[in-house]
Amino acid sequence: MKIEFTPQEEEFRKEISTWLKENLSGKFSSVIGRGGSGDQTGLFSERVKWEQHMGANGWTCISWPKEYGGREASINEQVIFYEEYTRAGGPGRVGHIGETLAGPTILSFGTKDQKERFLPKIRLGQEYWCQGYSEPSAGSDLSAVQTKAELINGKWKINGQKIWTSLAQESDWIFILCRTTPKSKGRDGLSYILAPMDQKGITVRPIKQMTGESEFNEVFFDDAEANANDLIGEVGNGWQVAMGTLGFERGASTLGQQMAFEQEFETVLAIAKENGKSNDPLIRNQISEAWIGLKIMRYNALRMLSNNEDGILSREAMLSKLYWATWHRNLGKLAMDVLGMESEIGEEGNYNLSELQKLFLFTRADTIYAGTNQIQRNIISERALGMPKEPRGNSSS
Amino acid sequence: MEFVFTEEQELLKESAKSFLTEHSNSLKIREAMNSSLVYDQEVWKKISRDMGWLALLIPEEYEGLGLSWVDLSALLEEMGYFLLCSPFHSTICLGVTCLMNAGNLEQKAHYLPEVAKGNLLLTLACLESGGDWSPEGISSSYIKRDNKYFITGTKKYVPYGHAANKIIVASRVKGSLGPRGITLFLIDSNTKNLDVSKLTTMDQTRPQSSIILDEVEVSEESVIGEEEKGWEILDKVRSFGALGSSAEQVGGAQRTLDMTCEYVLEREQFGRKVGSFQSIKHRLADMMVLVESARSAIYYASCIAESDTREFEESVSISKSYCSEAFFKCAADAIQLHGGVGFTWEYDTHLFFKRAKSSEIYFGDPSFHKNKISNLLGI
Repeated sequence: MKIEFTPQEEEFRKEISTWLKENLSGKFSSVIGRGGSGDQTGLFSERVKWEQHMGANGWTCISWPKEYGGREASINEQVIFYEEYTRAGGPGRVGHIGETLAGPTILSFGTKDQKERFLPKIRLGQEYWCQGYSEPSAGSDLSAVQTKAELINGKWKINGQKIWTSLAQESDWIFILCRTTPKSKGRDGLSYILAPMDQKGITVRPIKQMTGESEFNEVFFDDAEANANDLIGEVGNGWQVAMGTLGFERGASTLGQQMAFEQEFETVLAIAKENGKSNDPLIRNQISEAWIGLKIMRYNALRMLSNNEDGILSREAMLSKLYWATWHRNLGKLAMDVLGMESEIGEEGNYNLSELQKLFLFTRADTIYAGTNQIQRNIISERALGMPKEPRGNSSS
Repeated sequence: MEFVFTEEQELLKESAKSFLTEHSNSLKIREAMNSSLVYDQEVWKKISRDMGWLALLIPEEYEGLGLSWVDLSALLEEMGYFLLCSPFHSTICLGVTCLMNAGNLEQKAHYLPEVAKGNLLLTLACLESGGDWSPEGISSSYIKRDNKYFITGTKKYVPYGHAANKIIVASRVKGSLGPRGITLFLIDSNTKNLDVSKLTTMDQTRPQSSIILDEVEVSEESVIGEEEKGWEILDKVRSFGALGSSAEQVGGAQRTLDMTCEYVLEREQFGRKVGSFQSIKHRLADMMVLVESARSAIYYASCIAESDTREFEESVSISKSYCSEAFFKCAADAIQLHGGVGFTWEYDTHLFFKRAKSSEIYFGDPSFHKNKISNLLGI
């Protein structure tokens, strides 16, 4: 058991940190620190330019195979990359859905032709993706999706609705989990279809969320079209493909995420020192607990990544979402408690909230999206501890 | 970065598991905790001769195995899992770490090989009535006359004090205050005017003693480290004690989770397994998060235990506060999820619950360590 990186890995760290220092400046300095939690669409076009600049220099999709322009970076190198990226104040990556979800899915399940068509454009920041999973009646129970696709004259005709789609208004493509076998139920009869967003049959409507901003959307499909061969995996095999994608959602980026959390924590700590709240014994205790929780999150991640074999998630990985979401939500509340009376006061303008106010409100979503805390507890108790599965009602599988 | 056990470490854990399954099962625990020494001398012999556990941390030059804290934590985790009644923690995590860090060459050469062979049991007597972990908690004092020391005072909460052959006593030069003036003495438990009495403890698997010293005469050779500079050593030794205890807590917490999972898959009510109810499943999931997170904390702290850094100090406080709370929560939930039988003497749940509480308080309770963390954060 050792926690040090090898000299070669440290060399890699130097390479990326130097590149970031030299490049994340000048015309790109405006994007530093932007696009985080609660600011997903901030300075979007500038961040697109930054993404393309990174892509042109080989700093996107570093874990991908060399054949598709990646570096085949090891887990440790990916960890280092995300740490240095966060340390440098690198902006929220506009291409992250393509890089971490669509791309890996295409790599795992796609045909050679699909790989050649889609992967280079993801890597170079030329095409952006969004995820069409949740529906109004299929939230935690994803297998209840009702959006339909029918093959008519060599085209998929898609009808239905998706919801909670991040960055839909900025995306070029959407991957859709939809029903291709009429009257099928649950996990059977689903397919994983790729459709261009810029078409008559697709309407995007932003959802105004409790922060007053809109980061999620509803996406309506009214005879939307996709090419017959723009389907990943086999017809009817969409559930397996979709589950594969969910597996890619967690991994090496967690350590970078934690550094962002640490920066938020430091902000709260600095305020507590300045306004004297740190002298309140209960606040002091909560700050200490938050710090302990954050450090342990890091130790957990180090273990999870060390146990990660061929991308298969270890037992520890199942705990990660429940842990960080709960921690982050608590930090949002602590931030308000530390601000005291000032926690109510926003920035000048029309419902223009401060970063910490947005943190407080936005983190309420953390314990809901990508598997609610309750679903996570089901997963942990069933898959890791061997408890009986939840009984299912008639409408579901 | 390879934050996982090596093959050798996995083997150590496996052999510990099979040894303890035989020698520290429910029956054996109860026999040991009701015996006057509160450990099985035959098992102790096996631990030293067959298993080599007492030699594990001791450097090779002193007839030890020279292994690391990662190995030791792996072993302590198993001891905690099986609730082993033994003076291992007090002898190794307190006694040996004290000698290794502050003992002179003669002391090391003389005592460490004896510990490795299983012939010498050690413990640390630092606390006094009230259990204050700060320097102010030490009021027993000594006077020095003709190169001899005469110690008077009452030490309390001494782990396995009744069984130890040698006791490290912390005492202050008469008239001194605060951290200055504290000296550590290695004293034979048979010394004249030194009276050890075993206390009744709620956790019967972790005995404690009080020790009355009435002008106990000790020589210069008994001083560990520099005279009047014992506080720094004590602080360090207690960090190791806290880390060792945290590792045991992780094992204990894991056991309560395992016991509970097994029980709720057996027990049926309302025509279904109790473990199929979501209220039970969710509690188990929370227990698992606590256990695994506690485990990550001790692994990390153990990895840097040989470095004398502020980060180690921080990681010990993180471990001790988190593991204490995790073990207590898991042990308490184990009782609740076992229902009525969890409250009986017959089931082992109460043994773990009691160990959870005794170990939570010892070496600084969670609020003590959270306070330390706050200090490190500059608030």
